[in-house]
Amino acid sequence: MKTIYLDNNATTAVAPEVRDAMLPYLGEFYGNPSSMHSFGGQVAGAVDEARQRVARLLGAQPEEIIFTSCGSESDNTAFWSALQTQPEKRRIITTRVEHPAILNVAQYWERQGYHVTYLPVDDKCRLDLDAYAEALREDTALVSVMCANNEVGTIYPVEKMARMAAEKGVLFHTDAVQAVGKAPLNLGESAIGMLSLSGHKLHAPKGIGVLYVRKGVRFRPLLRGGHQEHGRRAGTENVPYIIGLGMAAHLASEHMEQERTGVARLRDKLEQGLLAAIPDCRVNGDTENRLPNTSNIAFKNVEGEAILLMLDRLGICASSGSACTSGSLEPSHVLRAMGVPFTFAHGSVRFSLSRYTTEEEVDFTVQHLPSAIETLRKISPFKG
Amino acid sequence: MWNYTDAVHDHFLHPRNAGPLADANAIGEVGSLACGDALKLYLRINDKGIIEDAGFETFGCASAIASSSVLTELVKGMHVDEAIKLTNKDIANALGGLPKEKMHCSVMGAEALEAAIRQWKGEPAVPHAHEEGKLICKCFGVTDAQILRAIRENGLKTVEEITNYTKAGGACGDCLDQIAEILADELRSPRLVEIAPKPRLTNVQRMQRVMKVIDEEIRPQLEADGGTIELVDVDGKRVLVSLGGRCAQCRASAVTLHDLVQRTLREQVEDDITVEEA
Repeated sequence: MKTIYLDNNATTAVAPEVRDAMLPYLGEFYGNPSSMHSFGGQVAGAVDEARQRVARLLGAQPEEIIFTSCGSESDNTAFWSALQTQPEKRRIITTRVEHPAILNVAQYWERQGYHVTYLPVDDKCRLDLDAYAEALREDTALVSVMCANNEVGTIYPVEKMARMAAEKGVLFHTDAVQAVGKAPLNLGESAIGMLSLSGHKLHAPKGIGVLYVRKGVRFRPLLRGGHQEHGRRAGTENVPYIIGLGMAAHLASEHMEQERTGVARLRDKLEQGLLAAIPDCRVNGDTENRLPNTSNIAFKNVEGEAILLMLDRLGICASSGSACTSGSLEPSHVLRAMGVPFTFAHGSVRFSLSRYTTEEEVDFTVQHLPSAIETLRKISPFKG
Repeated sequence: MWNYTDAVHDHFLHPRNAGPLADANAIGEVGSLACGDALKLYLRINDKGIIEDAGFETFGCASAIASSSVLTELVKGMHVDEAIKLTNKDIANALGGLPKEKMHCSVMGAEALEAAIRQWKGEPAVPHAHEEGKLICKCFGVTDAQILRAIRENGLKTVEEITNYTKAGGACGDCLDQIAEILADELRSPRLVEIAPKPRLTNVQRMQRVMKVIDEEIRPQLEADGGTIELVDVDGKRVLVSLGGRCAQCRASAVTLHDLVQRTLREQVEDDITVEEA
């Protein structure tokens, strides 16, 4: 059975070019970039090139790029640094729909005595900028708002929000893990102070991330030790993965337009096909302003995990915000924050495409999902 | 991904007796859309009390559907007096087991069966919710009687297990303390609270640790902002310090003392240390 992978917001396939770029650094080029000899020095050159490629994708300067082990480390470091460098400021602003990599960190600092504002969202997962303006204060240490929501794809006006923060002298961080490569960024011209990204969401392997820290932003490292990354992140560089991420960033720059048009076209075809073939379903999120690859569809009166298992039989991979898939007993915090009614929330399925998704895969899904939903609805006690 | 048995997969993909039973004379309904799963169990019981046929409608995950399906197979041909003795364990066992987080699906089956039989006997459908039990979990509508039943039938030992079996406490968590009390009473043992062993420090050990944390952690942070700190004395759990540099003139020095110095020492040395300025 062929695998149809529509779960690219969970993780992505490693691009063949990325794998090929990495392999020499798992083989003959095993030197330490910090070494004084040229055997290590040549590796340092390759790491520099990767840094430049990542910087180019973000519209940043190479020295503003810190390689980390993952998006979560980047997020943890951003909070740590912002709070340690501004001990007199005791307030944090974030949103109710952040990824757990932010939410749980914010809650940790809340337990340490910080005042945290969790901005609410409306039924399309949009933020209210007036509420944000009201929450912003001079003694706010950090604002952290995601570039785009991982579950429903809604894109946030982070550049505008960063400017509003800057007017009050407040540092702005964005978790861009889901947006990088799908929505263009030009950090050189923005007021964003820090940004997190993760390699495995853009066709690099798992285990590599980046924290961007704009020049001039005061910084305190989370990992102390050696002088790597200019003393901002200790630990010998994960060279093969850094090289891989550099290549992935290069490919992402090249494919940005394809993501925004080709992938979006297939996503729309999938979404419209399913909505036309299946009664009583609706799209979660802001269809006007959404990641080009994401479609979150709620099927009334059926449960998400059951849908996923039906899809799994067909070789189709997707995710659900239902309670049963996570092992928790409630639907996802994002769907709850949006106020999605229970009749729909438990039956929400996220399809996320990539530039490797084909027309045939979309057609196959549109062809087979309706009968699976019908089967489940037949045995559901709730009708209409 | 859940590690379901082949039997769960089989019953999910090929549910037995699915759909309503037209001539049912006993119906048991449990769960709701809000809870994320619901089961409507249909039984046809003859004059002798034998369950002649069964059917079901289920909203829920694969294990909820499989539990319902296997339940209808189990009860068909049974006498109601025998059927009423079926527990959630019997349902889970018939499926070759369920992941522990999914045991509540089997509990839902046992409750629907009980509700159906009670209806057939002319008793109130849900015994626990009103006269027999007190509502504990408001999110999922779980009573103390249901919690006790799950504890007794499955030999549960922790609050987490109770949540896995009954869902109680799985949403807002407000009732977790009450659940812990019910469990403690049932086990007739002191409340299960994990107490991390706290090392007792001698005066010398405490002083050494305080010095180390101030030297290695606190002073570098203050120095980064142009201030400094000196340890003056350690008197029992009272730590006396003096702030210098920019900290000395800083109006926020009381905040620094409390939020940075005292908090760091509490985190890293002992949690009841107090810090004062000498």
